[in-house]
Amino acid sequence: MVSEQDVSHIAELADIGIEAEDLARFTREFNAILDYFDILDQVKSGEPPAPDLVNILREDEPEPSLPLDEVLRNAGESEDGFIKAPKVMQ
Amino acid sequence: MSDGEVIVGLEVHCQLDTKSKLFCGCSTDYRSDGPNTHVCPICLGLPGTMPMVNKRAIEYALKVAKALNCTVREESEFSRKNYFYPDLNKAYQITQYDKPLAEWGKVLIEGDDGNEKEVRITRVHVEEDPGRLVHMGGVDRAKYSLVDYNRAGIPLIEIVTEPDMRSPKEARRFLNKLRATLEYLSVFDSEKEGSLRVDANISLRGSERVEVKNITSYKGVEKALTFEVTRQRNLLRRGLTVGRETRHFQEGRGVTTSSRSKEMENDYRYFPEPDLRPLRVRDWVAGIELPELPDARRERFMNEYGCSLNHARTLTGDLKLADFYEAVVAAKADPVLAATWVADTLLGELNYRDMGIGKLSVPYFAELVQLLKEDVITDKSGIEILRVMLDAVKENRPADSPKDLVEKLNLKKTGGSSFATEIADVIAANPRAIEDYRSGRKEALNFLVGQVMKKTRGRADPGELNRLMREALGEAPGK
Amino acid sequence: MSGAFPATVPEDRYNAFLMVSPDRSHGTGALAGIPVAVKDNISTKGIPTTAGSRILQGYVPPYDAHVVELLRTEGAVIFGKTNMDEFGMGTTTENSGYGPTLNPRDPSRVPGGSSGGSAAAVAAGIVPMALGSDTGGSIRCPSAFCGIVGLKPTYGRVSRYGLIAYSNSLEQIGPMAGNVSDVAKLFGVIAGHDRRDATSQDRPCKHTPDPEIKGLRIGVPKEYFGEGVDPKVADSVRNAIGNLEELGATTVECTIPSMQYALAAYYVTCTSEASSNLARFDGIRYGPAVGTKKSWHEAFQDIRKTGFGTEVRRRILLGTFALSSGYYGKYYAKAQVARGNVRSDFLRIFKDADVIAGPTMPTIAWKFGEKSDPLSMYLSDILTVPANLAGIPAISVPCGTVDRMPVGLQVMGRHFEDERVIDVAYAYERAAKGGSA
Repeated sequence: MVSEQDVSHIAELADIGIEAEDLARFTREFNAILDYFDILDQVKSGEPPAPDLVNILREDEPEPSLPLDEVLRNAGESEDGFIKAPKVMQ
Repeated sequence: MSDGEVIVGLEVHCQLDTKSKLFCGCSTDYRSDGPNTHVCPICLGLPGTMPMVNKRAIEYALKVAKALNCTVREESEFSRKNYFYPDLNKAYQITQYDKPLAEWGKVLIEGDDGNEKEVRITRVHVEEDPGRLVHMGGVDRAKYSLVDYNRAGIPLIEIVTEPDMRSPKEARRFLNKLRATLEYLSVFDSEKEGSLRVDANISLRGSERVEVKNITSYKGVEKALTFEVTRQRNLLRRGLTVGRETRHFQEGRGVTTSSRSKEMENDYRYFPEPDLRPLRVRDWVAGIELPELPDARRERFMNEYGCSLNHARTLTGDLKLADFYEAVVAAKADPVLAATWVADTLLGELNYRDMGIGKLSVPYFAELVQLLKEDVITDKSGIEILRVMLDAVKENRPADSPKDLVEKLNLKKTGGSSFATEIADVIAANPRAIEDYRSGRKEALNFLVGQVMKKTRGRADPGELNRLMREALGEAPGK
Repeated sequence: MSGAFPATVPEDRYNAFLMVSPDRSHGTGALAGIPVAVKDNISTKGIPTTAGSRILQGYVPPYDAHVVELLRTEGAVIFGKTNMDEFGMGTTTENSGYGPTLNPRDPSRVPGGSSGGSAAAVAAGIVPMALGSDTGGSIRCPSAFCGIVGLKPTYGRVSRYGLIAYSNSLEQIGPMAGNVSDVAKLFGVIAGHDRRDATSQDRPCKHTPDPEIKGLRIGVPKEYFGEGVDPKVADSVRNAIGNLEELGATTVECTIPSMQYALAAYYVTCTSEASSNLARFDGIRYGPAVGTKKSWHEAFQDIRKTGFGTEVRRRILLGTFALSSGYYGKYYAKAQVARGNVRSDFLRIFKDADVIAGPTMPTIAWKFGEKSDPLSMYLSDILTVPANLAGIPAISVPCGTVDRMPVGLQVMGRHFEDERVIDVAYAYERAAKGGSA
């Protein structure tokens, strides 16, 4: 069981917003799903299956990079080749 | 009680010197190019892209693990470390969490008590570097951040130590040893700006641990830790407690400041990177040939060249210096004298000028050492010649050979007799000093000799001059 | 189609397409001139790609997905990008940020999801073939609901490079078409190794479907015909299996005990991986610009509130929770063990059976708005997720109707025996066209 406060905290952890008016319904639905997940407790602890592939590596060969204008094309704002981002408040 | 034992552990991040990035083919040679010019859909984190591990990065990391005496895990894997920051364009860093490449090694350093001591290595793993934030006008004044993803995806090796160091100096020595080892392995270029970053954990025995982040220079580590020891001791002396926290090192001011970011509260939600497959590379280790490493080279310098322990330690502590020294010896310079002149004099001059050996000529240096060995010039003249040579290197112009410089600057050591004039002149010009000398003040002699040295531009041997001056002042010769 | 891109198709009454390419040029090859629709979570160079989400509105990839490169090499016409549940999260395409797609067989009903647009495009006859992606049934479900054929390949047989990730360890791009032969043809083009995808296997496909199934052993799991499955749907599928028996196959009853927690293992895995995959959408490098007036975290939270739909936010939160400190062992780690058990159950059955058959979906397509509770929506994936968890190939082929809506017969096979699964579907399709009950 998680509380509305827990859900708010998870939303902060995930940096995602939930409107206050949606919080109650969201929490209810959340709990219903988590209850369903509890069936996994029946699974005995163990090792997941061995990997199908290992040591998938590539040679250290340089390849062409994207031209700057293609890098910036989808960016919201740019300046002198840099991509602009809001400041992280310290 | 307020002087509790200092306990230091380090987390060192070094950029591996591969040609392409860890998970994509972008060239790693980005430092002289404009922002975002070494970026592709993969290291830009565009939706739909997938990482592909650089084999050489793993080979380099295994070399390091072997050199640090670590055990390579049978199976290691990559994990995602999830957090949000503008320089982290996938919002997760691909790193290694609970199954790192290698664990449980050790590095030997000179302890504060002069004896060799062991610093245990907890783990060695591989991860990608994030991008870089730039702030116009400084981080406090800028209204927004500018992001450059050239650095995103550069391969890093992270080396974590146990809290085995007991002083800032020991930490510094560990870092020097680590840096030298990585250079010897040819996996790391310490001259590349930002290629090494250190986070330090420090506590005084019995008190809480403080993490200091954002240290980007070797000197900075010692400064930061020294500051912390003082800060923490002061708190305890005032009857306060040391708070467990993360602090940032401000290189310019030489202080650590409390970090207001929420790093301590971060839940990174690690899970295995589902787009990559595990590594089973333990059996690659046997086939890895390590080059001669610093400790072995140090022993060899002492045995083969007759260097003192201190000189050998200094010389082998830096790959370029060690290579230079051996090349100079190979060019027929006297090994013991060369050791002094490289480890003490040359290194001192380089540090003072904040420059590396660069294009300093090996044959010329060897020639210089031989001129000194054959007593053609005085030590003082030797230093003068060295400075001229280093100026030429710094200004990137061709240098004269030491023999030519001896001629040009008239530095040839001459016998005492031709200084009679200068000695007479100095005596005549300094009656007060003569009086002081006669009344028993020995240092007046040094002053007078110094005056002659000035006049003769160091051509005379100080010992010789001393004798001549005393003769001139009326003492019996041969005293 | 609010917010969709220009150049819509007159016949697209079902909102199958988010974008139709004006460029009909093509080269030569196995698909020369054939128009293929591409699900909008598959990157197409120069063509807007949104994954059905507003948070990618305006994003134009500078690169093609591997499968798109292969389509172009074989001369296909990239007809357009199809509608989908946002980021693949959904069973009905109602979760698209650009409006739902309608089921061409009955526009008052859902087309299935998340590849609803691709299924509708084929079912409506706009294109003969389409690419979809299947994480927990997203190719097979809409194929069943719209009455077409859709294949989820063995995990690793088709490159995921360029597929906007939802759940990396579960999903595969796969072919959808009006008949098995076309599905096989398209599969032959896209299957094979890609050096950019570390999970990709070197298993190309060169196969013409073969209807000979004499001696084939078909496993019939009791869990696929139990409670929760509409009896009429179950009957329809049993009839289809009967047809296969008439062609010389035999059936063997079997059971998959791990089914009881398969759905939970699926949703824990996909939400966890999605919570990480979707964290990169911050409006800085692509998507609607956030500007620099607010602080980083504020801007980030805002764009994710407005750019992501409710279901996406719900799954991100579930995944964040499942991976969070203290819960990893209970959820994600356990789910991987559970997956191993599902895989073991299948491997055990495949000792005595060559393929497994059952319904694709527990019901026919429901009406819009009929299911709104998220958990009940999740439960409808129960028959499709096991194949994703185990990584085995699974195909859905139409087998009759119930209440005039198509029913899908699902055939699953051993790892890398996609060809056999295609053959069984082909055998059924031919027999069914031949008029046998």
